[in-house]
Amino acid sequence: MNMPATNPAVEPPISEKSGWDRAIASRSFLFGAAITFLVAAMALISFFWTPFDVTNLVIANRLKSPSVQFLFGTDHFGRDIFSMIMIGARNSIAVALVAVGIGMAIGVPLGAWAAAKRGWVDEILMRTNDVVFAFPSVLSAVMITAIFGPGAINAIIAIGIFNIPVFARLTRGSALSLWSRDYILAARVSGKGATRITVEHILPNILNLLIVQGTIQFSLGILAEAGLSYLGLGAQPPMPSWGRMLSEAQTMIALAPHMAIFPGVAIILTVLGLNLMGDGLRDAFDPKLRGEN
Amino acid sequence: MSWFLTRRLVSLLVTLLFATVVIFAVLEIIPGDPARLMLGINATEEAVAALREQMGLNAPLVTRYLSWLSGLVTGDLGTSLTYSSKVSELIGERIWISLPLALLALFLSTIIAIPVGLFAAARRGKASDTGIMAATQFGIAVPNFWFALLLVYIFAVVLRWVPSGGFPGWENGFWPALLSLAMPAVSLALPQAAILSRVARSALIEVLGEDFIRTARAKGLTKNQTLWNHALRNAMIPVVTIMGLQFAFLLAGTIIIENVFYLPGLGRLVFQAITQHDLPVVQGTVLLLVATVVVINFLVDVLYAWIDPRLRSSTR
Amino acid sequence: MSILSVENLGLAIGTKSILKNISFKLHKGRITGLVGESGSGKSLTALAMMQLLPRGSRTTGSIKFDGAELLDANEEAMCALRGDDIGMVFQEPMTALNPLKSIGEQVAEGIRIHSGASEEEVQKRTRAILDRVGLPFEKHPLSRFPHELSGGQRQRVVIAMACAMKPKLLIADEPTTALDVIVQARILDLLKELVEENDMALLLISHDLGVVAELSDDIVIMRKGEMIEQGDAIRVLRQRAHPYTAQLAEASTHQPIKNQNRKIDQHSEPMVKVDNLVCEYPGKRVSLFGKGVPFRAVDNVSWKMQKGEILGLVGESGCGKSTLSRTLLGLMQPAAGQIFFEGQLIGSPDGIQREAIVEFVQAVFQDPYSSFNPRHTAERLVGEPLFLRHAMQRSQKRELVVKALEDVGLAASDLAKYPHEFSGGQRQRLAIARAIVNSPKLIIADEPVSALDVSIRAQILDLIIELRERLGLAWLFVSHDLSVVQTICDNVMIMKAGKIVEKGSVVSVYSKPAHTYTSELIEAAPNLARAIELRMKENAR
Repeated sequence: MNMPATNPAVEPPISEKSGWDRAIASRSFLFGAAITFLVAAMALISFFWTPFDVTNLVIANRLKSPSVQFLFGTDHFGRDIFSMIMIGARNSIAVALVAVGIGMAIGVPLGAWAAAKRGWVDEILMRTNDVVFAFPSVLSAVMITAIFGPGAINAIIAIGIFNIPVFARLTRGSALSLWSRDYILAARVSGKGATRITVEHILPNILNLLIVQGTIQFSLGILAEAGLSYLGLGAQPPMPSWGRMLSEAQTMIALAPHMAIFPGVAIILTVLGLNLMGDGLRDAFDPKLRGEN
Repeated sequence: MSWFLTRRLVSLLVTLLFATVVIFAVLEIIPGDPARLMLGINATEEAVAALREQMGLNAPLVTRYLSWLSGLVTGDLGTSLTYSSKVSELIGERIWISLPLALLALFLSTIIAIPVGLFAAARRGKASDTGIMAATQFGIAVPNFWFALLLVYIFAVVLRWVPSGGFPGWENGFWPALLSLAMPAVSLALPQAAILSRVARSALIEVLGEDFIRTARAKGLTKNQTLWNHALRNAMIPVVTIMGLQFAFLLAGTIIIENVFYLPGLGRLVFQAITQHDLPVVQGTVLLLVATVVVINFLVDVLYAWIDPRLRSSTR
Repeated sequence: MSILSVENLGLAIGTKSILKNISFKLHKGRITGLVGESGSGKSLTALAMMQLLPRGSRTTGSIKFDGAELLDANEEAMCALRGDDIGMVFQEPMTALNPLKSIGEQVAEGIRIHSGASEEEVQKRTRAILDRVGLPFEKHPLSRFPHELSGGQRQRVVIAMACAMKPKLLIADEPTTALDVIVQARILDLLKELVEENDMALLLISHDLGVVAELSDDIVIMRKGEMIEQGDAIRVLRQRAHPYTAQLAEASTHQPIKNQNRKIDQHSEPMVKVDNLVCEYPGKRVSLFGKGVPFRAVDNVSWKMQKGEILGLVGESGCGKSTLSRTLLGLMQPAAGQIFFEGQLIGSPDGIQREAIVEFVQAVFQDPYSSFNPRHTAERLVGEPLFLRHAMQRSQKRELVVKALEDVGLAASDLAKYPHEFSGGQRQRLAIARAIVNSPKLIIADEPVSALDVSIRAQILDLIIELRERLGLAWLFVSHDLSVVQTICDNVMIMKAGKIVEKGSVVSVYSKPAHTYTSELIEAAPNLARAIELRMKENAR
């Protein structure tokens, strides 16, 4: 149905090109990006250098409080907590990043397909989505661990599965609204098929949204991974992981509270960094939030 | 019933059916023989075979699925391999910890988040708004089990006000039992409250920009009258959506939190069942949790229809 | 006696100056038209009277209502005035009402606040005012929700809310712009009656000189935040003393110059032939398993058009004109019937295929802002219809794009620009360039000028005629606007509820409409020249 005459005073859209410029100018984005960069750098450096060798258990150094020598103190095996946090960052980032990658790689095409085809394809995909959505990642992880046993790979799969419907829904919803735009009609009038239109017109225009959601899912992935490895369902020893460091700290909480504090702070900072980045990007891209009086 | 709710009810049943297939299939692909697991490594082949026959494991896949499904309908979830009692009974005991815990957390999160969100929206752009938003940003980043550890350290280790964990049982008095759920509920609720208050704030800000708000003001309503009579109910729609989603997260979160506080709820049950390869228990608990999530989503839809007359009409 | 006087009103939002030196008076029982193109500041002038300006606004000057200064009034005093002595009606009836509250509640609310009457009395007055605006409670119970009403009915509810307390001043901001012409005429009649009954002043804000000329006693013309001219409406619109007034009035009645010698041969083989075309949408299912009755958007339609013809397709929203044009473009499959392009059947497996359709027909859409992918350059956008010409070199394609740009009055230097770097009018030129780049024979233009300001509209209409004369293009011009169709089309079809109720040459259809619906449409459509003439006669008597 066409609309009757609209007001000539259609609000001109704000140029879409300067979204990234606005993001760079936003304080929360910059702050978030700085924290994220720091954590990522820490993880990378840990491949070459850590203050102490964490595979080397020195019982004499056990449960040392934070000091100049051991910046964040040591654990019950005498390992340097700062070094473990550095190595643990690798695990957290890798698990969350791959899980978001799985969610995007499967969810985005599915959502775009559903939006392009509509009808039965759409209905079936969305109902399946509902089913998957009913399994929070901890539950999927519980089931997967019950089958294959615990491990980082299974944590990735569990978090990844949960990410699929998130991206499928987002892609479908925003693609659907784009499909009704006149420029899509013009492309169809030019003889372009659904796949080509999706690649040329739909995906580039929802990329911003996907990046924002990706950042947010990344941070949720870090939290979920920490939860799973806290339960022992994630990365297995001797690979240090932030969640397991916390579960080990729990038994020592009366003796060595620093064992619990620092891995927690690491998680919080990483998640905070990613969320601030995501928020900064969303504010920069979302025209609705702009020009708000 | 309205078209919308009929559709949602059908969707609920289909989702549940799918979920049973998924969960049943999971049990099927698990390596190892449940009969052998039950009897132990030293059992004779004959004994295992006899038990397989008795458990109905030799029947075809579809038959077993259907008999499992008909069991579900009558409330029979099978028998635990390690506790030698019915799964439904085990769940029936444990649920009286997990469900109150999740509900308490949801309650806490809501009564904190909504006023905070509305206050921030009303003072949008001012220092108090900025401060609240920074605090919620921080709250979202805190893992609930770490927050739980912090609470244990402060209130159980340093101050010694409460025990660090465990559950006295409802039969030993309501208040002590509730008290033992207090710290777990708070640690579950706070991060969720941070999310919910952000949602409430942005929902209200969005509604306040709508045309009908201007219409209400043109009628002579004051800002406060407009807020209470027109904005709030419209802003509830996204808030209710997020609350529904959060309940799922809270239920799943109990699995972790019950392990922090040594609460003998569903979370501990399923967790121990995994380590002991007690698959019927895993299956039953997961199914129950998934079913709860699905039913909650349906209730959210009912709530939608109650809020929004557009969904109440008999046609679309 | 003036009820409201604006003196030297100035407005700035942030550091941006919006209004400068606006002065006019509104009188009891008189209608004042406030006219301007987009960006003229007319809506903000109205919001300043209501003191509902966006945050960060600063006003200077004075607005006196009934002797009291509004710019100094505190919030409490304004709340007492709004909805009581000053009512306001907004443009968009679909979003102006709270979707979660019944219409009765929403109307009663204002009465309750301002009258302090008993609940029984409030309900009685709510029923009375809804009855007055044409929504009797026997047919439209107070418990109805906005989504159960049509756009016109919703606008009546908004008017009831604004007029419930018999205000001394009613401000109506583009009250009929979103409505179909016949509904528009009825709403305007209602507003006029209410002015006479209540002896109130009406400030009618509109972009449409025709609407203003039909209704207003006085007129204020604004442009870019400044007042251009004001005075007696008919005098100002006839004398056109100020160049901008003249420009606006000329653009509103603009008549593109057609080659009078051009004759369209109605008897040769038609270029497009549509036979018994039926288009359907799947119906909504009434039960879970039952199949719904399909909705027939286009119902057994037959017509033809010739090479180089401009054929108008006129109808109200929902009449099926867009469905018909989409089917012609090959975007929808017809449920029954046949379409022939130059004698060749399209759509069916043995007819001509996608490539040939693309080369034959192109399209221009209504909204110049959503017609372009914001991430592509003009070269890529305009070159899109060449996509199926795989054998063509990139440089050849570029040549065609440059030629199309030049044909519509843009230049080769625009190739690398992005859509947001063009103005609204330039964008519509860009859309036309895209439609002609592969030299099609027919262009389907779906409301191509409806979203444009009048001055730009006139330029685009000229361009359409020019392209027809120069390239021999045929246009199917889909529009709700009868006056535009009259100025530009050779022939016209009137569509109602999926059927074509009348077709013929523009001259004959407009002078001697055969169908009552056609005459209703013509009667209802605002028309500047006719309005001036009519008002002159009235005044003479």
